[in-house]
Amino acid sequence: MCGIAGIVHTTDRFEPPSMELLRSMVGAIRHRGPDEYGVYRDERAGLVHARLSIIDLASGQQPLTSEDEALWIVFNGEIFNYLELRKELEAIGHRFRTHSDTEVIVHAYEAWGTRCFSRFNGQWALAIWDSVSHRLILSRDRIGVRPLFVREHQGRIWFASEVKAMFADPSVPREIDLHGLDQTFTYWSSLAPTSLFKGIEELRPGSVRVYGSDGMHEDTLFWQPDFPGGDPDSFPFTLPEATELLREKLSKATELRMLRSDVPVGSYLSGGLDSSLIAWMGRMAKQGEFRTFSLRFEDAEYDETEFQREMASTIDSSHQELVVKRGDIARVFPDVVRHAERPILRTAAAPMYLLSGLVRDAGIKAVLTGEGADEMLAGYDLFREAKIRLFWSHQPESKSRPALFDRLYPYLARGPQQAKGMALEFWKRGLDRAGQPGFSHEPRWWTTSLLKKFFSLDVQSSLRNDPAPGALDSLPSEFHRWDPLAQAQYLEVTTLLSGYLISSQGDRMLMGHSVEGRFPFLDAEVMEFCNSLPPHYKLAGLNEKFILKQVARGVIPDRIVNRQKQAYRAPDAISFVEPHAPEYVAELLSEDSLRASGLFDLKATRGLFTKCLSRAQRHGHEEGVFSNADNMGLVGILSTQLLFSQLVQKSGATAGPPIHFQTIIDRIPVPSHS
Amino acid sequence: MTHEELRTAVHQFIHKNFIFEDKTQLGDDQSLLGTGIVDSTGILELITFLEETCQIKFADSELVADNFDSVGKITAFITKKRSLPKA
Repeated sequence: MCGIAGIVHTTDRFEPPSMELLRSMVGAIRHRGPDEYGVYRDERAGLVHARLSIIDLASGQQPLTSEDEALWIVFNGEIFNYLELRKELEAIGHRFRTHSDTEVIVHAYEAWGTRCFSRFNGQWALAIWDSVSHRLILSRDRIGVRPLFVREHQGRIWFASEVKAMFADPSVPREIDLHGLDQTFTYWSSLAPTSLFKGIEELRPGSVRVYGSDGMHEDTLFWQPDFPGGDPDSFPFTLPEATELLREKLSKATELRMLRSDVPVGSYLSGGLDSSLIAWMGRMAKQGEFRTFSLRFEDAEYDETEFQREMASTIDSSHQELVVKRGDIARVFPDVVRHAERPILRTAAAPMYLLSGLVRDAGIKAVLTGEGADEMLAGYDLFREAKIRLFWSHQPESKSRPALFDRLYPYLARGPQQAKGMALEFWKRGLDRAGQPGFSHEPRWWTTSLLKKFFSLDVQSSLRNDPAPGALDSLPSEFHRWDPLAQAQYLEVTTLLSGYLISSQGDRMLMGHSVEGRFPFLDAEVMEFCNSLPPHYKLAGLNEKFILKQVARGVIPDRIVNRQKQAYRAPDAISFVEPHAPEYVAELLSEDSLRASGLFDLKATRGLFTKCLSRAQRHGHEEGVFSNADNMGLVGILSTQLLFSQLVQKSGATAGPPIHFQTIIDRIPVPSHS
Repeated sequence: MTHEELRTAVHQFIHKNFIFEDKTQLGDDQSLLGTGIVDSTGILELITFLEETCQIKFADSELVADNFDSVGKITAFITKKRSLPKA
């Protein structure tokens, strides 16, 4: 796991990238790989790599090259099936010098060209520089677990794991992209290729981009979520058979992620079904000590301690807990946003950032998590809401159909129970659009979009004249043939999972403390199998993750299998308006700061902030002090202001000791002074 | 509190607590939930405000959109409930 960056020139008219610049670029993302640094440079290109050593500690240094030294690669991630691919490649004559997965990529590319990526089972962001033909190949894994950004401008191409590595080059302008901002305040995330920064693209997950020597590029999607279009009864397996197959595939995926590592791999335990099952499978995969890590909350509303401890004792792990206090969230929030490089509408990323710190302090570099189960197997309330709304839409006057919502929300303390009649009014909205793309997500997208009333008039008018691309603009052609649940899953994976959960709340929070996340539910074979399942194996009636519960029964305590799913959340607005909130909050929400960014309406933002302050003062820590809209509004605006102050007004890099490259391949002749 | 005073108070409360800015005009008949001016969790704030300001309590059965979904509906419902003078 690592960080990568580089510059490629598509003409001869530039000086080669300077070592100083390459050092600054890698320095900006040193948190992603603090173990070793490497650089490759020739007349046209400079590639840098910050290494977090996990596989082949002795000889896995990068940049790494092909046998003929034509291809140079920098790679962030893991190809979990590299040993199998290596065997295949050796059988057709390839010879290897190292034991790393990186070298397998180079040979696979030599053997199969860009078609190699669809054969990789893993999580990656990588760049291959062909120093002979002057082509640059960029690729990213199916879900976009590993980040990759690219910018092209007048004959030069920059790429990097994180935007701040590009910003280490002072010639790269730093400006908020209003499309990215607009998308964030709709979908909770920008939608690749749009990013939060003008002129910078996020490479689409599951894609490969090839730059020719002329600087022109071509993008190919080698994967996107795909679902069966036909009759669900044509699925060849019974539920017991499918359960067994899922168990096998998930066990294998977990085992690969436990064993394909030369350092110990731990696991997160949230107290829910997904991470409990993964931790159990991780435990089974390898002898010896097994480390688990959990978040606890001071606020009882968010705490799941008893379930975490029960699971830890079931698998006899060495278990560590981190108690998150409200003050912690506000304290680390600036770091969270600097690492996420996006606005976020909830604070849930902050505890994840703190947790990876605990993991790192425990000397663990890689952890398994249960991320992806809710998307692959329909765990979220959103899928159930959509199902009820669809059912309701067939009889809009029915009273009994919407009463099904009662079954969805028994646990939400701030939930709509008290004003259920009002909540139904909310769910009823857009009922007439049943069957149209986006029906499942409309309540969320609409609710989130309402926050745009806080945008400044300039931003609003600019977006009116030049609207941002939407999530429904580029649906695959088969989308309409899929079951409604599959459609909802597709949208969930391509918006919230890729852009937010696995990045802002996942990779970025883990790598902020140099920890690699490994996600068995996002294994290529597991995803493919889950997507092939008939919808009622996933969501049986309103019973979410039905088939996964069958897998878990008997190995995970029943109490955990049967419990109501609890959404992972952390204290939001209250973190920033309680009496001891850090000073930066008031400063960034001051008129001066708001004027400087120009992104938000002064009066509206001040009004929201004042309201939140006075409600905190009046109601203290009572539950339900803040509405969803106020929570998301305050956190969203504050995080955007933090993004502006840290990555627009400044370059996002933090100071650190000078970078010394351990691996240096410099093909620029030393100038002679004779 | 007269009907008109109540209407003004509700307008002001919604402006200050949900709309925040000046440019949005709120009509008496405009749906609060349907337009998203107030969300289903925010409506609790509005109900608390009404209970405190008018010193009344609402039964669960009264907490339906028909009574609270616009300034007009709110004032009409409370006027009826309290038999406020119309003037």
